[in-house]
Amino acid sequence: MSAHGASAGHLARFAMSPARRRRDRLARGGMLAATLLALVPLGLIVYYLLSKGLSSWSPDFFTTDPTGNTFFKNESIGGIKSAIIGTIEIVALASAISIPIGIAVAVWLVEYGKDSWFASSVRFFVDVLTGVPSIIFGLFIYIALIVGTGTTYAGYKGSLALSLLMLPVVIRSAEVVLLLVPDSLRESALALGAPRWRVIGRIVLPTALPGMLTGVLLAIARAAGETAPLLFTAGETLKTNTNLSQFTNALPLQIYYDVTSPTTSVVERAWGAALTLVVMILLLNVTARLIARRSRLS
Amino acid sequence: MQAASIPGGERSILERSPLARVPDRVLRYGLTALAALILALIVYFFLRLVGEAKPAFEKFGVLGFTFGNDWNVNAEVFGALPLLIGTLITSGLALLIGVPVAVATAIYATELCPARLRGPLTLLVELLAAVPSVVYGLWGIFFLAPKLQPAEQWVADRLSFVPFIGGGTVTIPNYFIAGLVLAIMILPIVSAISREVMTTVPSDHKEAALGLGATRWEMIRIAVLPYCRGGIIGGAMLGLGRAIGETIAVTILIGDAPQLGHHLFGQGYSLAAVIANEFGEAQGLHRSALFAAGLVLFVLTLVVNAIARVIVIRASRGRGSSLSDNTAVGGPLLAETAAGV
Repeated sequence: MSAHGASAGHLARFAMSPARRRRDRLARGGMLAATLLALVPLGLIVYYLLSKGLSSWSPDFFTTDPTGNTFFKNESIGGIKSAIIGTIEIVALASAISIPIGIAVAVWLVEYGKDSWFASSVRFFVDVLTGVPSIIFGLFIYIALIVGTGTTYAGYKGSLALSLLMLPVVIRSAEVVLLLVPDSLRESALALGAPRWRVIGRIVLPTALPGMLTGVLLAIARAAGETAPLLFTAGETLKTNTNLSQFTNALPLQIYYDVTSPTTSVVERAWGAALTLVVMILLLNVTARLIARRSRLS
Repeated sequence: MQAASIPGGERSILERSPLARVPDRVLRYGLTALAALILALIVYFFLRLVGEAKPAFEKFGVLGFTFGNDWNVNAEVFGALPLLIGTLITSGLALLIGVPVAVATAIYATELCPARLRGPLTLLVELLAAVPSVVYGLWGIFFLAPKLQPAEQWVADRLSFVPFIGGGTVTIPNYFIAGLVLAIMILPIVSAISREVMTTVPSDHKEAALGLGATRWEMIRIAVLPYCRGGIIGGAMLGLGRAIGETIAVTILIGDAPQLGHHLFGQGYSLAAVIANEFGEAQGLHRSALFAAGLVLFVLTLVVNAIARVIVIRASRGRGSSLSDNTAVGGPLLAETAAGV
């Protein structure tokens, strides 16, 4: 089917018509162009984050709280310390809630529930949770913990909203990995007389650990970037606090409030905070992928 | 066959003592209870949301609220139609722009690009999913929207005879820019699912097409795309679900005009955006109306996602692929979770 085919008479009937060849080239070029087009936004976002974000980075940027000043030009607007610490606190608590529960449910699905109707309905509801818009999780927690108790915003309520968001990701990703643990391992341990709980604790979970870690890190990365569930749960504050029962700041919240500001320097702080947030999330993503690559299951 | 018994008991020595069985039972019933608790929690949240939305639904009627064309906080009149339409326009635009690009990317990555590039390319597209929504909003409002405004104005002027698109002044936040950024945001998930489905196309089919003299593109058109149609449609629907529920980026990019926009390049509002913007200050009936808007949004995403999942599952189950049934059913969907998109 090469170009020579057309000139060598006996091969001519195998040659491709110019029109088909052109269409093929055109289509392949189109696919390539679309792929490059898809990468353009990524390049632009990275470029703008670096060029605008890096210029607002400074030691002070990370070590001072935002001052709330947006009007007076010669006064400092402060940095993003409270937002960084708040994000770490809120996400850590959300992980501490959702990871054990998520893995436990995944273990139940794989080891006990299997294909029973009950397990299928749990899977269905978990999938439903995956599709729920993140702001709805904020509303859920608002109704249950703020309307329900007559109290106000608090950091831990933000954590709970995020943990609802993480739960389906943790459950489904852990389930995939647990399914990959060979049955022969379970059977050998059972045949040696180990009770079920020890098989799960000593054989299944350690084998699946690296793979589950990948899913867990990706869930944390997603939760760290969420703004909507925190809007009406964690509250708006400038101060750093280590007490999650009070209003707590977070990076996405800080960025969101700064974006809506009319003051240029505040918007610049938003770029710096955005770069910080993206770097944190990328680190989690990269770690997750490195662990996934080294995992024996997958 | 009589197994030896321990002295003084009826229990075989091969059986575990009753005490040793306790942890097993505890684990089993504990885990089952936990799973049941999650189901109960979801149902509880849903019922509470309905309860909080009730005053608004009682005042305006369920249909009156959902399709009422007036959202006026001061007059305490709440109809969600402008918001619903805003949500549908922006997410429809996202599909229109995002899906062709995502599918083309998937085709390029699975069928056309050199094997060495496949991994890095996939990774780069998936990185788009790692960018937080608020960062898309920030980038969209301060970079993309101002840069595209002249182009949008040009289109609006040239197409002034087309209702809804042409005429009018282009504002910085508008339906189009929100839809465009949503398209970028749903690209990774649609692409990941399409790619996952495309890798399940049997090489027999592809080789048969090539063997009959098809060009690469013809092979893709006659062997790959028809085989993947269901998966791609399902992936697009999942993307639609994402786009409908996307809050912060849209809130920043769509503006805050609670009436039906006059044209594509004017300000609007969406269900999620109205909640994010107004909930903080809302009281009484207004707050109930926002809960009702949340409920409409919740039900909308639920329906879209349910349809999407049925399509994806059916698409991957209908094939006699070499994968076991269980992986075939979950395959593309689990890939979505596993890739973190």
